[in-house]
Amino acid sequence: MALERDKHAAERARLTLGEGELGELYRRMVLIRRFEDKVAEMYSRGKITGFCHLYAGEEGVAVGAIYALYDKDYVVSTYREHGHCLAKGASARSVMAELFGKVTGLSRGHGGSMHLFDQTVRFMGGYAIVGGGLPLAVGLGLSCQYKEEPEVVCCFFGDGALPQGAFHESLNIASLWKLPVIFICENNFYGMGTMVQNAVSQEELYHFAESYKMPGVRVDGQDVLEVYAAVTEAATRAREGDGPSLIEAVTYRYRGHSMSDPAEYRSKREERIWQERDPIKNLRRRMMQANPGAEARLETIDREVSEVIDDAVRFADESPEPGLEELGKYVYSSEQE
Amino acid sequence: MAQITYREALNQALHEELERDERVFIMGEEVGYFGGAFKVTDGLLAIFGEKRVRDTPISELTIVGAGIGAAMGGLKPIVELMTINFGLLAMDQIVNHAAKIHYMFGGHAKVPIVIRAPQGGGHQLGAQHSQSLEAYFLHCPGLRVVIPATPADAKGLLKTAIREDDPVIFLEHESLYGMKGEVPEGEYMIPLGRANVMREGKDVTIVSYSKCVYDALRAAEALENEGVDAEVVDLRTLNPLDINTVVESVRKTGKAIVVYEGWRTGGAGAEIAAQIYEAAFDSLDAPVERVATLDTPMPYNKKLEHAALPSADQIVRAAERLA
Repeated sequence: MALERDKHAAERARLTLGEGELGELYRRMVLIRRFEDKVAEMYSRGKITGFCHLYAGEEGVAVGAIYALYDKDYVVSTYREHGHCLAKGASARSVMAELFGKVTGLSRGHGGSMHLFDQTVRFMGGYAIVGGGLPLAVGLGLSCQYKEEPEVVCCFFGDGALPQGAFHESLNIASLWKLPVIFICENNFYGMGTMVQNAVSQEELYHFAESYKMPGVRVDGQDVLEVYAAVTEAATRAREGDGPSLIEAVTYRYRGHSMSDPAEYRSKREERIWQERDPIKNLRRRMMQANPGAEARLETIDREVSEVIDDAVRFADESPEPGLEELGKYVYSSEQE
Repeated sequence: MAQITYREALNQALHEELERDERVFIMGEEVGYFGGAFKVTDGLLAIFGEKRVRDTPISELTIVGAGIGAAMGGLKPIVELMTINFGLLAMDQIVNHAAKIHYMFGGHAKVPIVIRAPQGGGHQLGAQHSQSLEAYFLHCPGLRVVIPATPADAKGLLKTAIREDDPVIFLEHESLYGMKGEVPEGEYMIPLGRANVMREGKDVTIVSYSKCVYDALRAAEALENEGVDAEVVDLRTLNPLDINTVVESVRKTGKAIVVYEGWRTGGAGAEIAAQIYEAAFDSLDAPVERVATLDTPMPYNKKLEHAALPSADQIVRAAERLA
């Protein structure tokens, strides 16, 4: 059931959310943007190494979607997961420390940028095999249904995952078993440098939902409120036992695929057009229109976020590296030999 | 003690664990209404219902992946792959996910899943249905590899595997399902990583696991007539690997034959041989012999298939080379 985009959903969401809640959405998006900008800086200074995929530009998707969830709901993500992890509530300190490879990091320095995990906020991991997280989300959804608990699972993946078998198998099984899973495809138009129309025969990605008998909707991922509204609806549906949904959030990553990609396959003009549709500026504008007096509050948020980021970098930098004795730990949860 | 088949022993273990722990459930292709392609799960659907004995579509990758996710969500899934050959479609979830999750998340996540699969040749099923792939899993840190030979071990090891916190690959041999043996009733557990000396001897050590254990025992009987006293060690699990029991035996006999149904090259036997060299080189009177499947896809023709697979005759000849 491919649904028409509901152009008024965002405005309705704005009316249901108070200024404090809108401010919280704003704070989370700014946190992710500043965090990612700082990560880029730290990467260029050699403090962060390995593969590193930044989320700048796509904040509206993670923040809008996760704000629509309860704390106990699960999130499964990809290798571009700093934003989802922060939006779900992991501390900037522990995420930054992981990127620095420190023992105080979320994964004790064993995971790195692509493998964040925080059970305490039910952020169930960043996975670096395209499409790999979808079957896991199906299983988490199954565990919620099995235990008759009301939680739902929100699974993020990119347009690059659509041609994977895991996508189709997962949607099929989730629909067959009516599992409480919200599949969110972040369509940023490029899987590395390959344009989506060169990779997927049906480039209106949300239409895949029809084949799997679930609602499919396309939303403007640069509008945090529109994402919030769509996920709220999908989460309600999932929680009531009506099964999964597919949401295609159209968005744009400001940087290349990873830190080593200058993104020469796309034009500066295209990049400029998307920068003008920035999700943070978008929300700021909307809040100011509703209440010009909100500016002081937003500036306070900006300042507070800067302090959080500076503190995270300081914490990561000062934290110890894992000792060599950590090398063979955690291969098994119980050592039997 | 009751005499039951390897298949019934597995069924009993599943039954008892489903009864014991609400979190335990089974899913896989044909495990419910069909009763399992090899009838291992026969009758369980009627007792435990569709929620806990769950038929799945033919989607190995996602069946295994969903098992991993369910395990992370606090359940204890047992995923049946109809055969290990189809399990290759799930290798991404097994190797890149199940085996990595505990480690790459710094010990914060656990994946208590059991992935059961029949494997092995000998039934003229051709190249795509006759493989023994234990070496693929042995190669990968983070996975436990359990591979029982007897009905009692099948039960005792499966019950232990289900209670493990780590992902376990549990490999059954298609030729063993009908084999009978004594199996203790009720709570019967065998710890992982304890080899079993099936037959004591002083002249040569035959190390094996799964169906090849029986070839080794037959060879040992034949060798007895030649005046050679063979010791037969069943490893039971490849990870953890009880190399100490093997080394102890080799120190006594001075000779070792490793028998396995995987391909000879890069097989589990190669690893076992290497560990014997590392730990007991000084005790060896001769190089370690390997008896394994010929390095070829499995042919359909009965005579050719028989020639490709390891056999008691080949073990006897290997022992004669060592004598």
